[in-house]
Amino acid sequence: MSTSQPGPAPARGTNRGPAQSNGGRHARQGQRQGRRGSGRGEQFMVPRAEFRSYYGRPVIKEPVWKEPDVPAYLFFGGLAGASSVLAAAAQLTGRPGLARAAKAAALGGISISTVALINDLGRPARFHHMLRVFKLSSPMSVGSWILSAYGPAAGAAALSDFTGILPAAGAAATAGAALLGPAVTTYTAVLLCDTAVPAWHEAHREMPYVFAGSAASAAGGFALLAAPAREAEPARRLAIVGAAVELTAKKLLERRLQSRAEPYQTGRAGALLRAGEIVTFCGLAGAGLSRRSRAGSAVSGLALLAASALTRFGIFEAGRISARYPEYTIVPQRERKQAREAEAGAAGRSGRP
Amino acid sequence: MSSTERPGLTGGADPAERAGWGEHPPRMGFFTDTSVCIGCKACEVACKEWNTVPEDGLELTGMSFDNTIGLSASTWRHVAFIEQQAPVGVPALPTLPAVPGQAAGIRGGLSGPAVPGPDGVDGAMRWLMSSDVCKHCSEAGCLDVCPTGALMRTEFGTVVVQDDVCNGCGYCVPACPFGVIGRRADDGGAHKCTLCYDRLGVGMEPACAKACPTDSIQFGPLDELRERARARVNDLVEAGHPEAQLYLEGADNGIGGAGAFFLLLDEPEVYGLPPDPVVPTRSLPRMWKHAGLAAAGVGAMVLTAFLGSRTDVR
Repeated sequence: MSTSQPGPAPARGTNRGPAQSNGGRHARQGQRQGRRGSGRGEQFMVPRAEFRSYYGRPVIKEPVWKEPDVPAYLFFGGLAGASSVLAAAAQLTGRPGLARAAKAAALGGISISTVALINDLGRPARFHHMLRVFKLSSPMSVGSWILSAYGPAAGAAALSDFTGILPAAGAAATAGAALLGPAVTTYTAVLLCDTAVPAWHEAHREMPYVFAGSAASAAGGFALLAAPAREAEPARRLAIVGAAVELTAKKLLERRLQSRAEPYQTGRAGALLRAGEIVTFCGLAGAGLSRRSRAGSAVSGLALLAASALTRFGIFEAGRISARYPEYTIVPQRERKQAREAEAGAAGRSGRP
Repeated sequence: MSSTERPGLTGGADPAERAGWGEHPPRMGFFTDTSVCIGCKACEVACKEWNTVPEDGLELTGMSFDNTIGLSASTWRHVAFIEQQAPVGVPALPTLPAVPGQAAGIRGGLSGPAVPGPDGVDGAMRWLMSSDVCKHCSEAGCLDVCPTGALMRTEFGTVVVQDDVCNGCGYCVPACPFGVIGRRADDGGAHKCTLCYDRLGVGMEPACAKACPTDSIQFGPLDELRERARARVNDLVEAGHPEAQLYLEGADNGIGGAGAFFLLLDEPEVYGLPPDPVVPTRSLPRMWKHAGLAAAGVGAMVLTAFLGSRTDVR
């Protein structure tokens, strides 16, 4: 176990708090508690559910994906994908400076993202095995194929723009990258959610919208920072719209999950996401108010980039926490099972002659 | 359509056939009858020896006799030990019918003399033991999400990792609803129980089942095992053990049925098993739909940003 589970794991043989071993019939009972109250002062109105577990050990395995590799892969991929759409639109509307900045973000972003992904592999030299098969059932397979088409397109678009050679091919590459870019921003949400990790899987409805908003906000933020001021208005608007979408989707996620959103609200994950929200608000306000200030725009753009990264790190951490403690796996499953059994029992009774 | 009703992408009643095997042997699997497990850990040892699975930590946990902790990349059989105060009046477990080639009269569920319990209730101490293993799901999360094709379905309906293909992406690890598969830090690859694919190929039973002295681990065609398990659980319930239950024996669960199922004497979570596991891929079509809508949303956001922004170009 110690060699196969890198990364932080609960100390061996230690129970987190309430799972006593008194030798009784309910020896492995526990309660949902511990990280409550360290949130933003909100008290959860749901009763504390009792659960039983095997010595407080996790039921599922915590992801072996590393930090910062995987959250960075998510963030830079999002920045790249949305930047490609921005670049194409800027080129179409005659804003070459904005287009160039966005193309640079796309090339830089996707390069860092891909390197981070490969670096996270247990056997990086075999990264090309990702392209042995195409499987719709594997978001990582789908994503690898998207990346293998998108990466070269984003690269060609940027290089043609920087060097001025093959402008027609560059335009085609810009269009291709813009078509694939949105997929690059959202497939990663499916990648996280298609796991047994409770906080990720249960959030699968909202996660793609969180990622899309976060990506748009980052792309707009980078362009605010790097594009000529007279062409930056669409980037400003994109940053604002993206940040608003991200904040809204996150709120909807927390509202729907109710008490199951706890991993997103407490501990280090909660702190990262709260910091992300605050920085997003600052960036939003700054982007809205700094139309006449080059420096103000740059700082706002930087804030939105940071906020997007904080969101990805927070979501990643929330998933790890929800895998680490068994109650996040056991309690919803137990409730689901009991509800189903109650329903079957009721149906059985009413069906009797 | 509800996501839990939808057949999985790679599962179904006959997973080997769905995986493209034409003529193939019957689906083989394990029935682990925990009521006769004596906690000898012969299965753990036999598995390690046969499959040359490396050592993975020699520590004392304080978790009863369990110092193995759980399944992982380098632990493919894990015996759980649970010490409980048995309720008053729980009768001794009935003996198994004699099996050819094996001594009759094996009785599991060790129980001692009645002693006062900590909560003032008299009752004997009850020791639950259970040998856990990969479930070889009909709809296997690890297999679904593997991007390299390293994880494959065998002609026996089991799920194995091809080590020479695996690139260590680690996706299978959080995709398993049971926390079975893991990634080794030293070789970077994912590993798990193969149901002794090499032994099956030459008509032998897996090492753990071969080594089990009480036939707690039974190996065979899944259909036969299911019949035997239903008879056994009926015997136990009639003998006064209403808590005896089969875990994952049918196809009506979130993984479309398992190649390894269990007879338990308490709720699954007490043994470290998920009470209602669902393969994550069941919701995947819905996830792709939302991802598609969100991707269109990125286009819409950019469009919004450019509409009415014409005036700033000077």
